[in-house]
Amino acid sequence: MATEYAPSSMYRSREGMGIWEHRGKVAAVGVGHSPTERRWDERTETSVGAWSIMALRNAIADAGVSPDQVDGIVIVPVTTTGAFWPEDKPLPQDVINAFVQTDDPLDGVAKLSVEWLLKNMPELTNINYSVYAPVCMSNALNVAAQAVGDGLAHTVLVLKAWHNLEGRYYQGGQNAQDAIGGISAIRSLWGAPACYGTALQFAEYCRKYGKNHDMMTPFIINSRRNGLMFPEGYWAQHRPEELTPEDYQLARWIAKPANLFDNDIPIMCAASYLFTTAERAKDMKQKPVYILNHADSYTVPRGLTPTLDEVEAECALTARKIYEGAGITAADLSFENMYDGFTQFHQFHIEGLGYRGIGFGDALDFYQTDISIEGPNPVSPSGGNIGSGRSRFWMHTDSIQQLQGRAGERQITGVKAEIGVSGGPMPLGGNYTVWSATPD
Amino acid sequence: MKQGVIPDDFTAPFWLAANESKLVIQNCSRCDRLQHPPTEDCGQCRSGDNLEWKEMSGTGRIYNYGVVHDCPIRLLQDDQPFNVAVIMLDDDPGIQMYSHLPGVPVDDVPVGATVEVVFEESSNGQKIPEWKVVK
Repeated sequence: MATEYAPSSMYRSREGMGIWEHRGKVAAVGVGHSPTERRWDERTETSVGAWSIMALRNAIADAGVSPDQVDGIVIVPVTTTGAFWPEDKPLPQDVINAFVQTDDPLDGVAKLSVEWLLKNMPELTNINYSVYAPVCMSNALNVAAQAVGDGLAHTVLVLKAWHNLEGRYYQGGQNAQDAIGGISAIRSLWGAPACYGTALQFAEYCRKYGKNHDMMTPFIINSRRNGLMFPEGYWAQHRPEELTPEDYQLARWIAKPANLFDNDIPIMCAASYLFTTAERAKDMKQKPVYILNHADSYTVPRGLTPTLDEVEAECALTARKIYEGAGITAADLSFENMYDGFTQFHQFHIEGLGYRGIGFGDALDFYQTDISIEGPNPVSPSGGNIGSGRSRFWMHTDSIQQLQGRAGERQITGVKAEIGVSGGPMPLGGNYTVWSATPD
Repeated sequence: MKQGVIPDDFTAPFWLAANESKLVIQNCSRCDRLQHPPTEDCGQCRSGDNLEWKEMSGTGRIYNYGVVHDCPIRLLQDDQPFNVAVIMLDDDPGIQMYSHLPGVPVDDVPVGATVEVVFEESSNGQKIPEWKVVK
């Protein structure tokens, strides 16, 4: 069974597509996580392959199904946080030999294939549908929802895993070379780090609306607080440290106006969800969380980096697609779990959504009000990447758990959890899911 | 010091022009539309049959900037912190180029100011388009 990337027809990319044809007929049931670690310690049992298997098995167990009931799998094969196995470094042969290997020795070490997973999870005996999704869990969720809705499979595992190796983020490869190729040079010769483009948009946002960097402080502190109540997350597991306003406001700059805490910390981790039909979900162990819609943002900016105008237009368009397909309005959202890794585009996402009635330029003032999980306007109850490290999936786990009523200490209490939205990553280029406690 | 550039077939006209102190940008003659970075096809009509290189006037304005304190590129790390600005070309403000803004103090960037192109040597001698504020 050769696994290909999902065709573009599986995504809901356009405005005007109407209500999603499978609205309320697909459900998330099981959630499975691996532990987290800052970087790989090169042991077999902490490899990205081992943790992927762990996350998948945890999701199966959480849903209360037997492995032979699973007939589909959707994964993201790219697992890097920005770290690649150095060409001159010997392969970790003991780790490779500990698994049933594919033709690629880095499979399960610095990348992941469906073939590798199925070789190492012999209990998955009935997989007859597999597909790859690019980039991150948000994309894979859209594909899995559509696959179940379309009847391509009835019980699907969705997986995203991340490896992080020794050394600093993006400091190797061509960035360490004396000369680079012509097309890369046009973008990268000036040395802008990953957060630079978002920092630029934030700078323009502050100039346009009269805001400043310090106004982000309540959002950062709220995100870390929520993250410390996420037992699956990195900060909760390894560094349970609250942030103070001074910690944030005095942190070193990465690309001013983005500082250290505006960036997420790269980590090792894996997560999996079990999706199935609404009918089958009724008989499973956990309360079903119904999917009302999924939406895709794909607009390509004209220039090297999106302008604020382009970002705001795209976020508004994305919101219209989200609401249209789900048949809801902003007023129906109990909470939002839009992406935050970089912090400085979270406000674009929620302004586009019109969350709690805010418009463009309003979010930083909104952050100065009660945005806690105890209040009526919870912002990022997952804590996102800022609260738990770079996974781009905390927001989805939290959305499912909030609607199942098992978010533990993070459970929102100022408003009843009925409908939530999660997704990302970038304002131009992301995938979104609308979740509901009920199918209608 | 910026990294050197090894031009490939696709981008060679851009880099060769820079070595002659000229700024050229890819243009679709059918759409009369500039695009940068260059791509194999026109971003509007999706055809690659009408792409050409067009010389620019070499003037623009500073649209936005950030100050890089933690640069991933080894050769630039000794120069931190430094400005990285986005320049919008007068020929078409939709076309953006990056600049270190030589001569402009760090974090004292006149957003909106007029700039003109200059050409700097990189570590392997390839000239790179840069931008200086016009007094």
